[in-house]
Amino acid sequence: MNIIEVKNLVKNFGGVYAVNDLSLKIPRGKVVGIIGPNGSGKSTFVNLLSGMVEINSGMVIFDDAEKLKKIKPYEIQDLSITRTFQEVRLFEQMTVIDNLLVVLTSRSVFGSFFEVHKKYHLEEAEKMLQRVGLEAKKNQLAKNLSYGQRKLLEIARALLMKTEIYLFDEPFAGLFYAMIKTVSGIIKDLRKEGKTVILIEHNMDLIRELSDYVFVMDEGSLLAEGEPNSVLKKKSVIEAYLGK
Amino acid sequence: MFSIYAILGVSLNLVVGYTGLVSVTQAAFYGIGAYATALIAKTAGFGFFSSMLIGAIVAGLIGLLIGLVLSKFRDDYYVIVTVGFNIIAYGIFMNWHSLTRGPLGIVAVPRPKIDLFGLHLDFNNNLLFLALVLVFLALIYFLARFIAKSSFGRVLKAIREDEKAIQVFGYNAFYFKLAIFVISAGMAAVAGSFFASYLRFTSPNTFVLMESILILSMIILGGLANLKGSLLGAFILVLLPELMRFVGFPNEIAAEMRQIVYGVILVLLMIFRPSGIMGEYKL
Repeated sequence: MNIIEVKNLVKNFGGVYAVNDLSLKIPRGKVVGIIGPNGSGKSTFVNLLSGMVEINSGMVIFDDAEKLKKIKPYEIQDLSITRTFQEVRLFEQMTVIDNLLVVLTSRSVFGSFFEVHKKYHLEEAEKMLQRVGLEAKKNQLAKNLSYGQRKLLEIARALLMKTEIYLFDEPFAGLFYAMIKTVSGIIKDLRKEGKTVILIEHNMDLIRELSDYVFVMDEGSLLAEGEPNSVLKKKSVIEAYLGK
Repeated sequence: MFSIYAILGVSLNLVVGYTGLVSVTQAAFYGIGAYATALIAKTAGFGFFSSMLIGAIVAGLIGLLIGLVLSKFRDDYYVIVTVGFNIIAYGIFMNWHSLTRGPLGIVAVPRPKIDLFGLHLDFNNNLLFLALVLVFLALIYFLARFIAKSSFGRVLKAIREDEKAIQVFGYNAFYFKLAIFVISAGMAAVAGSFFASYLRFTSPNTFVLMESILILSMIILGGLANLKGSLLGAFILVLLPELMRFVGFPNEIAAEMRQIVYGVILVLLMIFRPSGIMGEYKL
């Protein structure tokens, strides 16, 4: 069963087609790697799925049922999607704990007006900080964290959303070994829980280790797809990365 | 005047400091509050408090309309549009003669009176009036504090930091920005009501763009996203002319110098301390 099906998706920026007639099916409960050279449209694809950029044409079908030609960013929570960003986007001048609490509390104007946060919200946020090793930083401003810590906080924030689909855009970039272990452990745990992870990554060892299925993009289109080990051996994929 | 400016500072800090929306139209809502109170109290014979409440609701509704228009704009364009609204409001106060009496203004605006359970308080006494404004300042301060500390306040800060990012976590930033703009407009109108009643007069000249810039200067000086900073900023900038008179400047020069000193303070702050004296956020 497919959790996401993309049909003839197109996104252009002026004359440049970042995503060009892309069609693919993402199976439920799998870790799906999306690879491709820089500028191949991977991040734009994730931005389209999360409503960060508007779809020009084509559609996205969720759970084989909900067909969408337009996705608003604040609606993706209802589609059970969350994400991290290629360039980390934290709420910089807020504390680490507030960066997490903000995704746990009420979404409505009225509801949030009369709520601070419940005790279990705080406990949940603190537990998550422990999981990513940031508990000692909880009262620091996010802007004062190191690059790796910022990445971890962003992943922690996404995990607290408890969605079915996680879009991770280069979560390992710039992390050192221990942090890579933490993040790959998180992705493995998500797979065990039956969640769907869409993972954009350049490190092929991590793609082999974590992905159940891989899509290769080049110039906005799908170049290849399949099991990681077989796809990564394809001549067209190697040429896309290394040049002919 | 300190208390009135402090109310304006606290109200604007919710929009600028907490939500990151640089608004230069607070004097328009201040004016709407002043005119609404003056007109309702004089023509409809309502008491001060009911006039003030109606003034706050009117300002809130106008804030809602302006907020809807502002939702189309961001950053520099947002600021320019707020400037435009202040100019429009001033133009209306000045030119709608049948309602506002134009440059002549509205005179004999009544002071508040309380007749309740045998208690009779007449706020014609300036000291009593000051006490009343301080009570309202305290109420507005604690309401603003309640907002800042609530989940709603946390979402406002997240919008300030990265509006697009907070939306992917299920928040429709549009409604949050609109709500705080309306609340802030209502609070500023309360300050306007007290202003009109304090001077027993209101005219368009108080609600010019420069006044909005002054209120913005106060909160930048005192500190963005810090409510105590708004009080400090109001205290410094209201008392500054008095201090200048005290050190020997003649009255006329002290008033003119005030503008220059505000400008210099703003430039120095932007260079050396962009978050203001007690600020928790810098633009």
